[in-house]
Amino acid sequence: MGDALRDAGELSGRMLWGRDASLALGELRRGTSLGGQLESLADRSVLIATSGQLASALALIELDGMARRMILCPADLPLAYLSSIVADAGVDAIVTDAGTTAFDKLGLPLVVCALPIAPGTENIASRHATEWILLTSGTTGVPKMVMHSLQGLTGAIKTAPPRERPLIWGTFYDIRRYGGLQIFLRAIMGTGSLVLSSAGETVADHLQRLASCGVTHLSGTPSHWRRALMSPASGVIAPEYVRLSGEIADQSVLDNLRRVYPNASIGHAYASTEAGVGFEVTDGLEGFPASLMRRDGDVWMKVEDGSLRIRSPRAASVYVGDAGAPVADENGFVDTGDMLELRDDRYYFVGRRGGIINIGGLKVHPEEIEAIINRHESVRMSLVKGRANPITGAIIVADIVLKDGASATGGAPGDREIKTAILQACRASLPPYKVPASIRFVASLDVTPAGKLVRSNA
Amino acid sequence: MSVKSTIICEINEVASEQGKAVAPLNDDLVLLDSGLDSLCFAILVARLEDKLGVDPFTAADDVYFPVTFSDFVKFYEDAAR
Repeated sequence: MGDALRDAGELSGRMLWGRDASLALGELRRGTSLGGQLESLADRSVLIATSGQLASALALIELDGMARRMILCPADLPLAYLSSIVADAGVDAIVTDAGTTAFDKLGLPLVVCALPIAPGTENIASRHATEWILLTSGTTGVPKMVMHSLQGLTGAIKTAPPRERPLIWGTFYDIRRYGGLQIFLRAIMGTGSLVLSSAGETVADHLQRLASCGVTHLSGTPSHWRRALMSPASGVIAPEYVRLSGEIADQSVLDNLRRVYPNASIGHAYASTEAGVGFEVTDGLEGFPASLMRRDGDVWMKVEDGSLRIRSPRAASVYVGDAGAPVADENGFVDTGDMLELRDDRYYFVGRRGGIINIGGLKVHPEEIEAIINRHESVRMSLVKGRANPITGAIIVADIVLKDGASATGGAPGDREIKTAILQACRASLPPYKVPASIRFVASLDVTPAGKLVRSNA
Repeated sequence: MSVKSTIICEINEVASEQGKAVAPLNDDLVLLDSGLDSLCFAILVARLEDKLGVDPFTAADDVYFPVTFSDFVKFYEDAAR
């Protein structure tokens, strides 16, 4: 059996810092956060659904190697999707917080994960190469579940050279998302400690907390970093390493980071929940050199039909549920759906296939919003697209064709009423980031010979 | 209308659309404490690009991202110049 997460090296002297509680990792050597229930979770398919990240982190460390499968459930998962996730992933136990009632009606064994650490069994033998199931973000309807292994998830992590200062990781991500999980695993598998983020904490408070823990390595999306750069507390940290992933890193955010953290090594990584970690660029320039588009050891990258394809042992294997459909094609390549353009020997990301829009790291399918707009009685058709934005990467805008007879001048009082009604309908059924920031009435929309809306890749 | 009054006008508009209460726009107000979230800023920057014809966040060379309200106004005044 492969090494489980809890066997990942010396734990003493290393910390997991949450906002309200913290833990010396060495304590997990001698005890448990699962109230003596670890054995009862052996061989099970366990949904890890705690509100805070610290409890999830402890559960992951304890259950890897014991559970057959772990499903990492971010705190913002709508409860409406729960029953289908439980059914598709064959969940037969849930790890959650004390006092949670959200899972009662599922009739599954509930195990509470909490501090303080209670005395527990030492030297537990692993019995599984546990399946790690991650949920994709922002898809229409129920998130897809993709299956990884610890080996695949940690495939891109290199052994850090010995260092004098302690290695202290921080991330703006939730560790139950792929980007955050990468940082959690870098900290635990290596020699580091980790400062967890906390939903609802202000940027300034988070930066102060990172500073007081002495963060040396910090990661987030370009949107996370722009917020940090706009905080008066941006100068309280002095990271050695700044990492961006999850969205296109533009030159402006890279330049600003360089100026504010002159001593940091700044890298932007390409990774996705499905394809795993692709590559990292550290030359301070947006895009990436065309020379990366090749086979390098186990990892093979190419462009086909304009989109980035990655063949890699770090990729997810199958979609759980969905009849176990493979993530990669028959040649082992995962189509990332990220469209590339080659200019002067460098590739630049230009958007996503199918008009999918990335807003601060969350993917938005335009069809979901168009369906709501099209329900208005005066609307003939609509096209929802992203408009490039320096704060969140993109914002949602909509072009709408009204039915004959409905005015389409954009200024008439009738149009304003239609616009207001459409926006109200969108606000009633969509989270704020999916509501169009602007609506334009147009005379017509381009349609392909096959009758489909023409979507640009923006 | 001056750059500053255009910005004030758009901030109030976006805040009201997004159902946010916005703090008094004093010069030393920290933007992240203004009551506007990332989405509000994203929409604000897009509207200001339409109104003023500039997006200093993208065009910016050798400047820091704005921290206070007066930084923000100056950011746009310099870019619009």
